[in-house]
Amino acid sequence: MLFEKFDPLKGEMLQILDHKGIIINDKLEPKIAKEKLLKMYKTMVLGRVADEKALQFQRQGRMLTYAPNIGQEAAQVGPMAAAKDEDWLVLAFREFNAMLYKGVTLEQAFLYWYGNELGSKYDDNVKVLPINVPIGSQINHAAGLAYASKLQKKDEVAIVFIGDGGTSHGEFHEGVNFAATYDLPMIVIIQNNQYAISTPRHKVIKSKTLAQKAIAYDIFGIQVDGNDPLAMFVAVEEARKRAIKGDGPTIIEAVTYRIGPHTTSDNPKLYREDKEVEEWSKKDPIFRFKRYLIDKKYWTEKADEQLYEEHKQTVLETFKKVEETGEVPLEDIFKYTYEKMTSNLKEQMAYYQEFLDKKGENNGK
Amino acid sequence: MANKTILQAINEALDQAMEKDESIVVYGEDVGYEGGVFRTTAGLQKKYGEGRVFDTPIAEAAIVGSAVGMAINGLKPVVEMQFSGFSLPAYNQIVTHVARFRNRSRGKYHLPMVIRMPYGGGVKALEHHSESLETLYAHIPGLKLVIPSTPYDAKGLLIAAINDPDPVIFMEPKRIYRAFKQEVPDELYEVPLGKARIAKKGEDITIIAWGALVREVEKAMELVPNINAEIIDLRTISPIDQETIINSVKKTGRVLIVHEAVKSFGPAAEIISIINEKAFVYLEAAPRRLTGFDITVPLPKGENHFIIEPKQIAYEVKNIMAFKA
Ligand SMILES: Cc1ncc(C[n+]2csc(CCOP(=O)(O)OP(=O)(O)O)c2C)c(N)n1
Repeated sequence: MLFEKFDPLKGEMLQILDHKGIIINDKLEPKIAKEKLLKMYKTMVLGRVADEKALQFQRQGRMLTYAPNIGQEAAQVGPMAAAKDEDWLVLAFREFNAMLYKGVTLEQAFLYWYGNELGSKYDDNVKVLPINVPIGSQINHAAGLAYASKLQKKDEVAIVFIGDGGTSHGEFHEGVNFAATYDLPMIVIIQNNQYAISTPRHKVIKSKTLAQKAIAYDIFGIQVDGNDPLAMFVAVEEARKRAIKGDGPTIIEAVTYRIGPHTTSDNPKLYREDKEVEEWSKKDPIFRFKRYLIDKKYWTEKADEQLYEEHKQTVLETFKKVEETGEVPLEDIFKYTYEKMTSNLKEQMAYYQEFLDKKGENNGK
Repeated sequence: MANKTILQAINEALDQAMEKDESIVVYGEDVGYEGGVFRTTAGLQKKYGEGRVFDTPIAEAAIVGSAVGMAINGLKPVVEMQFSGFSLPAYNQIVTHVARFRNRSRGKYHLPMVIRMPYGGGVKALEHHSESLETLYAHIPGLKLVIPSTPYDAKGLLIAAINDPDPVIFMEPKRIYRAFKQEVPDELYEVPLGKARIAKKGEDITIIAWGALVREVEKAMELVPNINAEIIDLRTISPIDQETIINSVKKTGRVLIVHEAVKSFGPAAEIISIINEKAFVYLEAAPRRLTGFDITVPLPKGENHFIIEPKQIAYEVKNIMAFKA
């Protein structure tokens, strides 16, 4: 069994594709169809291009706060490629690529960061919960989804993301213990990107690995090279098989790095050296995946150039559409509070509308 | 004496209080090395060391719960919740322990501690970064809730909060952290808790506000120069300064309360009850409130509807002035 071979206490980390894009563990190389491999790769490139553009838009004052994913694409897309359509994706807030792979549209994903609640309304068939800002709380939602799947005998799992910093939160432990206790089909992906805003992971977490936290709950935990899409795929595929069989949850620690700032409001120069960023940039997930695909003759440099061009166009066009949405209509801020608007809310809205109408007339004076 | 922002005033208050009192410890998420996401604690770790100023795991219950233990055992913790929206994981500790220790130990233990948190909207922030949760804290017996609206008060109130023997929730109006400067004395001084400030004397109507809304009220009154309002900056929400409110209402007979916290069961409801109980016969018009709607604070593209603007305040004031019983 895969997980037994990688002991988190011994610092054994699953890696299949090294940072140069060479298979270093051919026994574990997954057999993924060409089409799927290309979907994975294209999603990662779209995520990268979208991130870089979003940072630009923000600097131009066209976008609000944004949390970039640069460097973490494989940790997000690998798991989604191993998931099935019927599986649930439960987000923290730095999973742009996972969202795209699972069927959230680029427009919706942008709309959220643009400041419009419609960006959390994904298409009906997309089983993704909205972005979850309160750190750690999403783990319990995933446990509940998984409980319902199990009770209703649905062959589906809940895949939930969290950051390294999030594993310190009480709710992380409550949720994992809950899922472990009832052998629930839940997979926790910890994106260990080494930082929680300015705080390095080792400064506030004593555990040698984050995967080892599984030991306390008597479930499997594995450390995986989070910049290796194949390793992430294999780990989640195995965890999924076990979850569906009734063997309970798994913790997968994706060891990766946040190349960009925490959000556009953050200045990483206050707390880390450029050299560290350069070192991690050499382990880039997209670079190594491209090499792998080219070596397999599934991809070419020329196709790659074209892909970046296409994605750039897509991102620019999509963002233009997003900008055209403008302000949220007044009624929308009220009408989703309850199934039906209460008389109290109707009154508050009408009163405000009256003010707006009169303001037009007499300028509020 | 120099001109300082609210942000600088808070930083200076923490710095000078720590210098004077070695039992003060300051901690929270990103508070130490970086000096806080808003930089309110900048420079403190360098000056006072990692023992007294430190970064914590993301675990608000641990931050506040540990402060209970520290306060009992000889320290004075001044902890930070990164945003008031993220104080909720600590709410259990705050309500079930922080607020109750003095009473349940019949005074054997008391908790000299401050829980600081930036709050409020109008900064185009992400979800859970714009809440005004005064009601949740003002409602709890055993807590004090303090909100400054000027740099001078920010420093003096924070120092008074730190020196107070009981736990204080200190909400910081982040919208005006850097909005303006004011002369702030260089030395340590206290602005007493539980005392409102009359920001402007007037005869026609009493307007009560706090935090970032005080300035909005002031701007509003410039729009209606013929109305001479008395503006009360409440400063301490709980325990409330009934005297200042009642004296003013007795004089003006008209009152408007402005807050960004949502309307139903909010602070304005409490203030109007006090006025009804103690100054009813002096009223010339029904007391009114202009508050956040009873909704979740909208994301930035809908936030304009939610944020209370000076014109709206002026509109309310005129309506109240026009009222004839
Ligand atoms: C309960 C709670 N406390 C504080 C915050 C503020 N906050 C937002 S992101 C963040 C750091 C998260 O770090 P990590 O979990 O490692 O995820 P990363 O940002 O690195 O993806 C903090 C403290 C929050 N969102 N929720």
